[in-house]
Amino acid sequence: MRYVCLVYFDPKVVFNGSSESNAVLAEAGAYDGELKTSGHLVIAQALAMPQEAITVAVRDGRMATTDGPFMETKEMLAGFVMVEARDLNEAVRLASGLPLAKLGYIEVRPVPDFSKPRPTL
Amino acid sequence: VTDPVTDPVTDIVTEVATPDIRAQLDAVYRAESRRVRATLVRLLRDLDAAEEAVHDAFAQAAERWPQEGLPQNPYAWLVSVGRFRTLDRWRRHRRLAAAAPTLEVLAEAMAVPDLSEQLDHAHLDDDTLRLIFVCCHPALAPEARVALTLREVCGLTTEEIARAFLAPTPTIAQRIVRAKAKLRDEAIAYEIPSRTELAPRLDSVLQVIYLIFNEGYAATDGPALTRPDLGATALRLGRLVVALSSDVEAIGLLALMLLHQSRQATRVDTAGEIVLLEDQDRSRWDRASIEEAQALLERATASRRIGPHVLQAAIAAVHARAPTLAATDWSQIIALYDVLFRVAPSPVVALNRAVAFAARDGAEAGLAAIDTVIGQGGLDDYHLAHAARADMLRRLGRTAAARVAYTRALSLVKQGTERRFLEARLAALL
Repeated sequence: MRYVCLVYFDPKVVFNGSSESNAVLAEAGAYDGELKTSGHLVIAQALAMPQEAITVAVRDGRMATTDGPFMETKEMLAGFVMVEARDLNEAVRLASGLPLAKLGYIEVRPVPDFSKPRPTL
Repeated sequence: VTDPVTDPVTDIVTEVATPDIRAQLDAVYRAESRRVRATLVRLLRDLDAAEEAVHDAFAQAAERWPQEGLPQNPYAWLVSVGRFRTLDRWRRHRRLAAAAPTLEVLAEAMAVPDLSEQLDHAHLDDDTLRLIFVCCHPALAPEARVALTLREVCGLTTEEIARAFLAPTPTIAQRIVRAKAKLRDEAIAYEIPSRTELAPRLDSVLQVIYLIFNEGYAATDGPALTRPDLGATALRLGRLVVALSSDVEAIGLLALMLLHQSRQATRVDTAGEIVLLEDQDRSRWDRASIEEAQALLERATASRRIGPHVLQAAIAAVHARAPTLAATDWSQIIALYDVLFRVAPSPVVALNRAVAFAARDGAEAGLAAIDTVIGQGGLDDYHLAHAARADMLRRLGRTAAARVAYTRALSLVKQGTERRFLEARLAALL
């Protein structure tokens, strides 16, 4: 099964220039390499800062845009790593190895199986 | 002791003449990955490290076997490679405190002089048993023991366990994560308990074995109703625990599993569809299993201590003795369920009692009993509760209400064969 590890962090913590943060950032690429070697990696992608984003919505057939995402929290979505794993626990183990987990948070989301019914809410 | 580890791989490997390495690798994975993992847990003393090592070993096999061919002993090859890769990773990461285990474990793991000595069958039995006792350790919450054993010993995925327990997947995942953390933090010894500690640690082992059996007997997912490999695993583990402990409940559990197993061939027809108890060809029930179970049950009931497994086996034995469904001693079954409910109350036991009540006293009384049980809660997401209710309504000619209940059951059922059975029942209502 595939899982996406969404990486959230506070840019003030990660990009503060401290030796600890820089060390974590340096490790991040190496861990992606390990995931690739072990066959778990599908894709890893960092994202630019939310200030560079634009949010699009279409209502009544008309497009409206706003700058950035509507985020009140300090943590931003900073990137994602899609992995192929046996189950959720293996995905969690892989996510716990992501160096940025030491500074931010990783949300592990299964990629849905479209042969199953949609969730009823 | 029945050997819990047969060696199908060697057969598979020598039989397959065409060098379809991919298929052979899959076969080795199915047959060996659990044993490889159990041994690596012993050698590395860490469940996560063992999981990673198993993955590394099979990744390496996928790379090398196509060129080099299958090794003589795939199991030993995989254990050696997995262990080596882990020790290598630990050495590289030693400066990163979080990634490395204690130096003591590392030193000990590296000190194993000749691995081949430790890979014989006697060690293998112990590895599996040791892993079971670790996963069923009393320091863990009962539900964590079950989840951990199913995943680490039986190789179920977190998603499969969640379906078996009618629980959300993240809940089960957390249970497993926390259980592993607890084993690590409290430095739980990876040992088989001594004879004096055995009894208190056995109950949760039995519970886990029965759940494994049920997962194999009526799988919650996939196209086929049965998963014979899990059923066989549970029986082997059951026999092993009986041999090791002579515990009454272990004997009861083994009898119960044998009685279920005896009906295996008649539970589905040639098309793979469900055959109800009333329609099963009783002449095809496996008499050898039934007789073995009867003997075990006599041995168990001679003792004073009667627990839930012995009681459930006694109920199954009443069915096994009955020549036809109509000739079944339902009063005795209801009486046994009454005792069972006192010993181990659960909504599912209450539901089964209500269904037995229906068989003795008719659909009207059965429906009232089932509604009472459902009203007490805990069965809302259990498809069989709604299916049982639908069956009563159908027999009473209350078609509209039966349709609603079948639809509800269908919205909850996960297993393909059960789904088709319910769909057929729903379609037949028109």
